[in-house]
Amino acid sequence: MIAIIDYGVGNLFSLRSSFHFIGAEACVSSDPDVLRKADRLILPGVGAFADAAAKLRESGLAEVVREEAGSGKPLMGICLGMQMLFERSLEYGEHMGLGLLPGSIVSMEPVIPANFKVPHIGWNQLYFPADKPKHALFSQAKEGDHVYFVHTYYAADCDSVVIANTDYGAPLTAAVAKENVMGCQFHPEKSGPVGLNILRAFCRIGGAI
Amino acid sequence: MLAKRIIPCLDVKNGRVVKGVNFLGLHDVSSPVDLARRYSDHGADELVFYDITASAEGRQLFTDVLRKVAAEIFIPLTVGGGINTLDDFDRVLKCGADKVSVNSGALRDPSLISAAARKYGDQCVVLSADVKRQDGGWRVYAKGGREDTGRDAIEWIRSCVEQGAGEVVLNSIDADGVKTGFDLEMLEAVCSVVQVPVIASGGAGSMNDFIELFRSIPRVDAGLAASIFHFDEVAIPDLKLCLHQAGIPVRL
Repeated sequence: MIAIIDYGVGNLFSLRSSFHFIGAEACVSSDPDVLRKADRLILPGVGAFADAAAKLRESGLAEVVREEAGSGKPLMGICLGMQMLFERSLEYGEHMGLGLLPGSIVSMEPVIPANFKVPHIGWNQLYFPADKPKHALFSQAKEGDHVYFVHTYYAADCDSVVIANTDYGAPLTAAVAKENVMGCQFHPEKSGPVGLNILRAFCRIGGAI
Repeated sequence: MLAKRIIPCLDVKNGRVVKGVNFLGLHDVSSPVDLARRYSDHGADELVFYDITASAEGRQLFTDVLRKVAAEIFIPLTVGGGINTLDDFDRVLKCGADKVSVNSGALRDPSLISAAARKYGDQCVVLSADVKRQDGGWRVYAKGGREDTGRDAIEWIRSCVEQGAGEVVLNSIDADGVKTGFDLEMLEAVCSVVQVPVIASGGAGSMNDFIELFRSIPRVDAGLAASIFHFDEVAIPDLKLCLHQAGIPVRL
């Protein structure tokens, strides 16, 4: 069973539907016991970092996520959920994340060309770092495949955990992984067949379900 | 590189897809779920659903359709039509919409955009504007293009983006259904004043119209059309390939 962590942020209908569509059992839950019993966890998120991080903390689920990640359970953050896996974010002030991955969430505006629109919205391509083997999440993906992004901030100072980048006039972190903790800046549940294959791959990491 | 998006638009009335010419004369086309599945399989980058029913029954049929589409189609879904309040946003977001497009609702209550952007984020709020050339400028129309609001379209769009609209769909009333190409002059005028993604709508009659659109106005992010896709006059895979061969970045 995959548990999609419900901490009061965003719409989880598509995410749950996408797992059902690929034949994986998935539930949306805010119950710590359900999250502890699940084989895999998804940390979703949309909106502002500070609000979402506060909700995750206040719900008591931040601690559960940290413990479960520490126990080796596969965990994937999506979009803002990925950003919250990091140490901190500089979105409107400085805010602490879960600290499961090294690095900071910063605005893309200073690194991309001035005539590029912000937020970065739309289908952009995946590139895999040349100095690492391709990560299991991308076992069915090809260099140059398009996935759907919607974001203004991105993960920086995190080279050691980057498993895919995208190019928006500058390289931006598209996906990260450190052992059982993974994250996608893009929305696999909105990225057509390429995205569904990434979700299928996530379901296989750490053993069949 | 960020791909230019191709977006089929489905006008839904009483649970079926319809498309008018110059916003009049509706023809029944197909089942929205079947059509959405076909477009997704063909490589559509996003789907727009406009609810053009007024009745409560029609509205219920629409949300049923939306829920079915969102359960099996995994590309971004934008929903518009009859969005007047935050409750309307809530209603369609819960059924699987990713973005919500507002048109007459924002004209009636301009604070709707800022309230929705605060609650759901800018990326969720799409301004849809029906624009008509008039007296050497551009006017914004309400009620599906039937009512002149007297407002300057460029000023209106600029103010909505300031309030938090994260994308703009520009519907040219003059070009709609005429199939002689997008309204490049109007699009250029808007693109020069807004920094958010702009989606061109109205006038597409051929693959060349899309090439001309993206070549003439590189700041346009997407092209939207309905009838040429519904009636198989242009197949999306052919269009994507044609754009790719013309050097325009697309998702193949």
